[in-house]
Amino acid sequence: MNAAPPAANAMPKVHYLNVDYGIRSWLFTIDHKRIALLYLGSITLFFVLGGLFATAIRLELLTPAGDLFESETYNKMFTMHGVVMIFFFLIPSIPATLGNFLVPMMIGARDLAFPRINLLSWYIYTLGGLFTLFAILSGGVDTGWTFYTPYSSTYSNTNVMATAVGVFILGFSSILTGFNFIITIHKMRAPGLTWFRLPLFIWAHYATSVIMILGTPVVAIAIALVGLERLFHIGIFNPALGGDPVLFQHLFWFYSHPAVYIMILPSMGVISEIVCCFSRKKIFGYSFVAFSSIAIALLGFLVWGHHMFVSSQSMYAGMVFSILSFLVAIPSAVKVFNWTATMYKGSVMYNAPMLYAMGFIGLFTMGGLTGLFLSTLATDVHLHDTYFVVAHFHYIMVGGALMGYLGGIHFWWPKISGRLYPEAWARFSALIIFVGFNLTFFPQFILGYLGMPRRYHAYPPEFQVLNVMSTAGASILAVGYAIPLIYLFWSLRYGPAAGPNPWQAKGLEWQTSSPPPTHNFPETPVVTEEAYEYYPGAEAERV
Amino acid sequence: MSDQATTLAPQFEGLAQQKESAIFGMWVFLVTEVMFFGGMFAGYTAYRYRFHEAFTAGSDHLNLLLGGVNTAVLILSSFTMAMAVHSAQLNRRRALIVFLVLTMLLGSTFLGIKAVEYSHKFHEHLLPGPAFQFEGADPQHAQLFFSFYFAMTGFHALHMVIGVALLAIMTWFAWRGRFSAEYYNPIEVSGLYWHFVDIVWIFLFPLLYLVGHHG
Repeated sequence: MNAAPPAANAMPKVHYLNVDYGIRSWLFTIDHKRIALLYLGSITLFFVLGGLFATAIRLELLTPAGDLFESETYNKMFTMHGVVMIFFFLIPSIPATLGNFLVPMMIGARDLAFPRINLLSWYIYTLGGLFTLFAILSGGVDTGWTFYTPYSSTYSNTNVMATAVGVFILGFSSILTGFNFIITIHKMRAPGLTWFRLPLFIWAHYATSVIMILGTPVVAIAIALVGLERLFHIGIFNPALGGDPVLFQHLFWFYSHPAVYIMILPSMGVISEIVCCFSRKKIFGYSFVAFSSIAIALLGFLVWGHHMFVSSQSMYAGMVFSILSFLVAIPSAVKVFNWTATMYKGSVMYNAPMLYAMGFIGLFTMGGLTGLFLSTLATDVHLHDTYFVVAHFHYIMVGGALMGYLGGIHFWWPKISGRLYPEAWARFSALIIFVGFNLTFFPQFILGYLGMPRRYHAYPPEFQVLNVMSTAGASILAVGYAIPLIYLFWSLRYGPAAGPNPWQAKGLEWQTSSPPPTHNFPETPVVTEEAYEYYPGAEAERV
Repeated sequence: MSDQATTLAPQFEGLAQQKESAIFGMWVFLVTEVMFFGGMFAGYTAYRYRFHEAFTAGSDHLNLLLGGVNTAVLILSSFTMAMAVHSAQLNRRRALIVFLVLTMLLGSTFLGIKAVEYSHKFHEHLLPGPAFQFEGADPQHAQLFFSFYFAMTGFHALHMVIGVALLAIMTWFAWRGRFSAEYYNPIEVSGLYWHFVDIVWIFLFPLLYLVGHHG
């Protein structure tokens, strides 16, 4: 069944997009919806850039010999792929675009609590991006996205400094976004919108924001100390001056493990919205899903040591970190089970957002379960630094976070643009992405299990078949990403007008026109029911 | 109400919501600051535990008198800052400006004394790097102590500089008559920031200066 809208959905006369034209009205805007679009443009550019580096990596790995690039160039390729994709695409992806757009709308507010700080965060992002682009254009950086000392602080002759400054600056944009969300969610909810009536998207963003404000400052100081080390020769991480490089790893992963949850939690929020809407059902176990977000955020801060099982931390610390890492599986599984239970006996509609959501549930489960292999001490010693790890985190970050992002973009596209995307093309590309993704990354689990290490440009010939499969999958994936880019642009002009609520979805954002007016709602809405009341009373009937 | 139109941002329902958001916002921001300094405090604690002798030997080279005077200066500046907020609440514009200026002066005094201390360390070759010289059992880890000393006090001083600049802007606003008993959020929020930076020093002083024997 298609949730096709009635044909005569007129666009509103005045909305946030046409209220003002001209470059200044965009560059100086303090409207959260326009800032969301500024972010959408920037992160798409970085996504394409990161994708180019990924292409280079996969082309090199097509053949066993290191024939396309020198090993030094290859080091730069995977480093810049990681830096660009993680810091400049995945971390801001959902929060800065969909979050920026939807957090005020979902809670019935006119804007975020601090609109100017919101705009500032985009400028900081752009500044950080320019530093990193400069680093890339002037020769690149080869430390790996993790900037491990002492290589990054003492030995690397590449542009570590410019990249580090870029990432350091970028961190502040992330802090400001999280900061803005927390204040907004606490102080600006519409009358009647209690904490337990909030959409789960909001809970997920709240949890994400907590990680952003608690974790990001720590990686900021770690990177700043690396910078001081390169500039002024202080030696906190330098063994020659009495320091310890492992301290850097501790500080780095204290942020960068929770950062994984910065990437995945907003996606989980998106999935909760989509699954309820296209199953026409209330979420199964609202408070469990809500608190599992908080639990993931808090537990996420206690597991960083599982990145360091083989870097000289004590065996007992390793055991504790291993157990704590297993614990994260519990709230993650709660979410997966509850989404599945929500779909059970629902009237499921297979629109493109739902296809992405179902893809997410499957791929995230794979990524999560293989995470358990890696948090087990003994198997990790075997799998550490192999393609198994690469496949695992791509299942979480691409199969999980990116699928959620694309699903969310499709789900709210009618609200953002006021127009419908072409459904058939969208379903087709969702399918292509799912197939291409699995073909790219599933072989990497096997490669890693067989012992192929990550971060090398050459490999023994017996690994070639699986690598060719992976590269073939990556090209399918690239096609899958290109199609939405084209038809979403196309729909801006030629898509039929969507009307306020094309999916007949619940949630305050669907109660205003599409695209919304600058201050979102003509009057502040009053909330009288819980989230996802798709069929009021349906819950009781089922029991 | 005409006053309210100029001071109430359009996204808020009323001045009360705006004020709550501003103050809550500053507290959340200070949480990020705690985490920022927290990384260094954690590293310092770990190393001090491991290289206790070297760290006390390094601490002996710090000037307890100058550090102590600076602590007093900062505590006094917190008092004048609190008085500034108090004056804003009571709508006493002149007193507000006087206390803001006094706070800035005390902050600058702190930075001046800090600069004198830094130059002493420089002349005594205690700056980590190739020129570092240290008479003692474990010069390598004493150097680590000074790495932390410069990183931690340096970031603290940077926060002081930002604080003084912030207060300069506030003084300018106060001069222009932007604040009233109903609307003084920026003063209150700047006050929170200033007290936070002071508190960081309250932790830095014993950790860096008082672990030594100073015999």
